Amino acid sequence: MIDPLSVFLLLLSASTPILFAALGELVVERAGVLNLGVEGMMITGALAGFAVAHATGNPFAGFVAAAVAGAAISTLFAALTQAFLANQVASGLALTLFGLGLAAMFGKPFEGVKAPPMPAGPLGINWIVWLGLLAVPAIWWFLTRSRRGLILRGVGENHEAAHALGYDVRLTRLAAIAFGGAMAGIGGAFISIATVLQWTEGMTAGAGWIALAIVVFSNWTAVGVLAGAWLFGGVTVLQLRLQAAGVNVPVQLLSMAPYLATIIVLVLISGRQKYSRRAGAAAPGSLGQNFHALR
Amino acid sequence: MDSATVFRADGVGKTYPGVRANDDVSFEIAKGEIHALLGENGAGKSTLVKMIYGLVRPDDGHMTLLDRPHEPSDPRAARAAGVAMVFQHFSLFDALTVAENIALGMENPPPRRELADRITKVSHEFGLPLNPARRVVTLSAGERQRVEIIRCLLQNPRLLIMDEPTSVLTPQEAELLFATLRKLAAQGTAILYISHKLEEIRAHCDRATILRHGRVVDSCNPRDHSANQLAAMMVGGEMRAVDRSGRNAGETLLDLRDLSLPAPTAEGVALKSVSLSLRAGEILGIGGVAGNGQEELLAALSGEMPSTPGTLSVEGADLSQAGPAARRRAGLLAAPEDRLGHAAVPDFSLTENTLLTAGDRKSLVRRGLIDHDAARDFAQAVIATFDVRTPGPGTAAKALSGGNLQKFVIGREVLQDPRVLVVNQPTWGVDAGAAAAVRQSLLDLARSGAGVIVISQDLDEILELSDRFCALNEGRLSDPVPTEGLTLERIGLMLGGAHGMEEARI
Repeated sequence: MIDPLSVFLLLLSASTPILFAALGELVVERAGVLNLGVEGMMITGALAGFAVAHATGNPFAGFVAAAVAGAAISTLFAALTQAFLANQVASGLALTLFGLGLAAMFGKPFEGVKAPPMPAGPLGINWIVWLGLLAVPAIWWFLTRSRRGLILRGVGENHEAAHALGYDVRLTRLAAIAFGGAMAGIGGAFISIATVLQWTEGMTAGAGWIALAIVVFSNWTAVGVLAGAWLFGGVTVLQLRLQAAGVNVPVQLLSMAPYLATIIVLVLISGRQKYSRRAGAAAPGSLGQNFHALR
Repeated sequence: MDSATVFRADGVGKTYPGVRANDDVSFEIAKGEIHALLGENGAGKSTLVKMIYGLVRPDDGHMTLLDRPHEPSDPRAARAAGVAMVFQHFSLFDALTVAENIALGMENPPPRRELADRITKVSHEFGLPLNPARRVVTLSAGERQRVEIIRCLLQNPRLLIMDEPTSVLTPQEAELLFATLRKLAAQGTAILYISHKLEEIRAHCDRATILRHGRVVDSCNPRDHSANQLAAMMVGGEMRAVDRSGRNAGETLLDLRDLSLPAPTAEGVALKSVSLSLRAGEILGIGGVAGNGQEELLAALSGEMPSTPGTLSVEGADLSQAGPAARRRAGLLAAPEDRLGHAAVPDFSLTENTLLTAGDRKSLVRRGLIDHDAARDFAQAVIATFDVRTPGPGTAAKALSGGNLQKFVIGREVLQDPRVLVVNQPTWGVDAGAAAAVRQSLLDLARSGAGVIVISQDLDEILELSDRFCALNEGRLSDPVPTEGLTLERIGLMLGGAHGMEEARI
């Protein structure tokens, strides 16, 4: 009745938007910035990607546009928090509201339009899904093995010390925020271009918030993000299958399941997390704090 | 400039808004020399070294390093020129490993495995063994400093700056550090050494430059002067010897009977059947190696940790179950060790910080509303009476240097006319001038009829201040002995058995 391979393929697809957004936010948070605007950046990417894909007929051009749009709107957050030292939580929430509103306004003409078809990649799996899977080891390598990644982690762990050693805290964070925006944009565009194949207002449906939760759940590691995204994607696919199979459970409960599962796992895991600092995998020391250098 | 000179400053100056931090500072450091930089808190030592390390740019004057002009635009440029620095507050990344921390402090770190090998090799060469794979968060203060030092050594610095490196070290660790510094100096590295510990400077430094109010006031060989003479040069005048006269022990003010408390945290210490009585006009010194229950004893006295009824009374009133506010109203005040975060809120202004403990006793709160004028006046009084160097009462507590904040924290309690004052480490990290002022204020308070408990790890301070002495050892308090005629050997025996470290401490 439920074929494991097809479920896994669907899982890959269902988890991709969150995987992209969460990997981006992982890098942002490792640099010590808490950007709660993931949802706003995703929906911006979803609309911009869909619009360009529709206009050019090329879905890949759409993804590039989504990355650019996500990065562009994230610079607004970057300007507020890094240049004007605004509160990161408030600025991030504002970014989400702004992105949702902006996309709803500019998205009106695209309602009811169909997305251009997307060519399948190797093994019949979408190219963007492959890109997301490749991004996991790439980001792991960047964070744990590369010089730039080490500086980025240093900035996130103790920005005062990083500054004292002569690293540009603000520039590092700007780059991280823009990267996070681009990744969230791609994640959003995957929903509109590759999954739903049309534009609907508010179509990201809280995926950005789940991505934020998954970063915490992952203990700020790339592999953990993959696990979290697959958990969410897996439960999503399962509940859709159960709905289709006509199981006698209210649809509302089933739709709730992926979110509920993510939250429950998050709670269970975070109970242990305060001890994991010694092992090095835990919240970056300067997360959410603004940095101001006295010269 | 002769070739033996590694670094030279000529008329260097720096102005911050409202403060001339450095003015016309000139001095030079020779090859292989351990050069001390002396000065009170706020004398401009930190600004000066920050300029050398490229964190701050001088407004005027110029610096020369190895016959080349030294104008670093950032610390990386300074490092490339051959300057390395060990910071007062460690500039380490807790969650990263030793090797990662060291790599961040280098311009072109070798590949990971090679770096790990070099760390192991260099650290053993200097007798400072380090495991490159350990996370910094798991290291002790001494080990953390090793990381900073190895980070500097791997870059073969020509000039090594050390900002109060021994303030967090055990005596053994400090000895190890000096052995390392001497080895480095013998290899030709110039070392600029900042410390408040004058004896340490006399024992280990070749020259000293003395700063006062941002200017160089003197330069000397510290071995030719006594610690008192050096302190006098720093403050610009004779050090006042503290005046212990005119105190008479009166009636009993504070009484602890069999006070026992479980350890508050996993790392904490349980208090075991602590008894003491404190009389009016008396100073009781409580000594002991850190981590033997000092913080817990202060918490039990301040009211942060209530105890079983009948264990603590002030002037006959049982306050065992009373909270800090009630105890303050009854005249039992406390100044904890940790200035930022425990004794004061870092982001609050000095005025707001006075409200936190003096609100009741100085009637700074009326009908639930803050009397801002009264609070400001009281903060101003503390600043004036205790010579706290700050632009004004509106300044945030965290903007004050350690010594100035300490004067403020102690002054805030002393000016509330307590019946009993409990202080923990009253002069920790405070320069000689400020320390003398704080100690004198405690003696004056006792002379006016209050009882004072001084918890300190500085045994000289305890002998200088107190009338009676108790040793705190694993949460147990010894019977008090008069300090009159008490020798350090005797104290060593009283502290005995704690960590086998007392001898070195004395």
